[in-house]
Amino acid sequence: MSLTGLFLCTFLVVHLVGNLQLFKHDGGAAFNTYSHFMGTNPIIRTIEWGLVLGFGFHIYEALLLTRRNQSARPQKYVVNHAEQNSQWTSRNMGILGSIILIFLIVHLYNFFWHARFGTLDPDINNNDDLYTLVVSSFKQWWYVLLYVAAQVSLGYHLWHGFGSGFQTLGLNHRKYTPLIKGIGYAFAVVVSAAFAAMPLYFYLFTNDKGELTSAVAPLVHSLTLALK
Amino acid sequence: MAGSNPNAKPMNLTLNVWRQANRNAQGKIVEYHVKDISPEMSFLEMLDVLNEDLLHKGDDPVAFDHDCREGICGSCDLFINGRSHGPEKGTTTCQLHMRKFSDGDTITIEPWRANSFPINKDLSVDRSAFDRIIQAGGYVSVNTGGAPDGNEIPIPKDIADRAFEAATCIGCGACVAACKNASAMLFVSAKVSQLALLPQGNVERKTRVENMVAQMDKEGFGACTNIGSCAAECPVGISLENIAILNREFLAAKATSNNLA
Repeated sequence: MSLTGLFLCTFLVVHLVGNLQLFKHDGGAAFNTYSHFMGTNPIIRTIEWGLVLGFGFHIYEALLLTRRNQSARPQKYVVNHAEQNSQWTSRNMGILGSIILIFLIVHLYNFFWHARFGTLDPDINNNDDLYTLVVSSFKQWWYVLLYVAAQVSLGYHLWHGFGSGFQTLGLNHRKYTPLIKGIGYAFAVVVSAAFAAMPLYFYLFTNDKGELTSAVAPLVHSLTLALK
Repeated sequence: MAGSNPNAKPMNLTLNVWRQANRNAQGKIVEYHVKDISPEMSFLEMLDVLNEDLLHKGDDPVAFDHDCREGICGSCDLFINGRSHGPEKGTTTCQLHMRKFSDGDTITIEPWRANSFPINKDLSVDRSAFDRIIQAGGYVSVNTGGAPDGNEIPIPKDIADRAFEAATCIGCGACVAACKNASAMLFVSAKVSQLALLPQGNVERKTRVENMVAQMDKEGFGACTNIGSCAAECPVGISLENIAILNREFLAAKATSNNLA
């Protein structure tokens, strides 16, 4: 659970950093170049199988763990105030993980499947135009809703999972554990917020081509100037 | 019936108590009313009052575990209002006083619930699974002959203190009762880390952790998912750090021991 979980955390970082190119105002050229590289590079394609195994084992272990732990207490308490001794997210990792799994299936079908096996139109650099598919997907309200809900679940999942992974591996120390937990909380918030920002950005602030709408463009322009 | 404190006003309480005739019987919550309970009584003394009432009426008294009644033996084991040993932190049921409750309160009292802790009767549970885990490895080899001088084996003060903190586990099972997974990891980890920290524990270091964990799994306890309810409810404050030490000891033993099983 811990090894696969922490491995999947490293995947989240790579996935997030790559996807930040969606925010580059170049009509998706950089993002499409990146996704073309990720889809064709033999090293990436090999690591991709590691990722499949990582997810597979994480889910398999979760199922075994849940089954074993449920059978350890067949009769529930009539009154149980677990909220007074532990965090909600720590007790509901299975539910949070299931929401993430549902999201993952939809997400893979919509983007990965089309990019790998579908026929996407070429962009100006003759790369598959995944960017346009992303933008059009994020123009559908139910899709945006699913994404944001999944990212909230992911945030809570990581809130417990990051620190828990270290504890399971025996990496607990009076000096470092508070730091590890703090990094875990920050990781959970930053990663989930950054992922959730993508669908929200395209839904709220751009037109069908991913260009900033006229209402928002001056604001972004002045922000850019202020930052300069 | 108020005790030595003249300001202590007696309380009337409603108790929802789990009644179960024996291990295989179907249990249920039964409502009782107790009157004139002194705030200075312990929780168990309050149950004694209930049982006296029941005996006077010719009813079957409520069975519950208790022995020393001073928070040392680890016998008392009540799940009070959804918490192991009740609402007060760092306290066993016997040391929980009725002043923590108010007149007119309804208190739900249940036994520890875990597959590995079968219910003997009512609130009394069989915790012999813990004994079998300790028998599997929670001991040290001792030479026969005269007792060696304690100061002959140098142990740094902070290590001795940490080992002592782990050794304070009274084996009550509040950790199992509070854990969503009914896991016994905190209990096992307290003994494993206590002995792993001390030179006396080094002889059986690898076999101890392997055998104790194997016995824990055999008894049917759940697996740890680092929720932290156990440490929060532990009456003597055994910390989660011990579970990490157990995980470390276990991984190291599995990687290096000669045990092929």
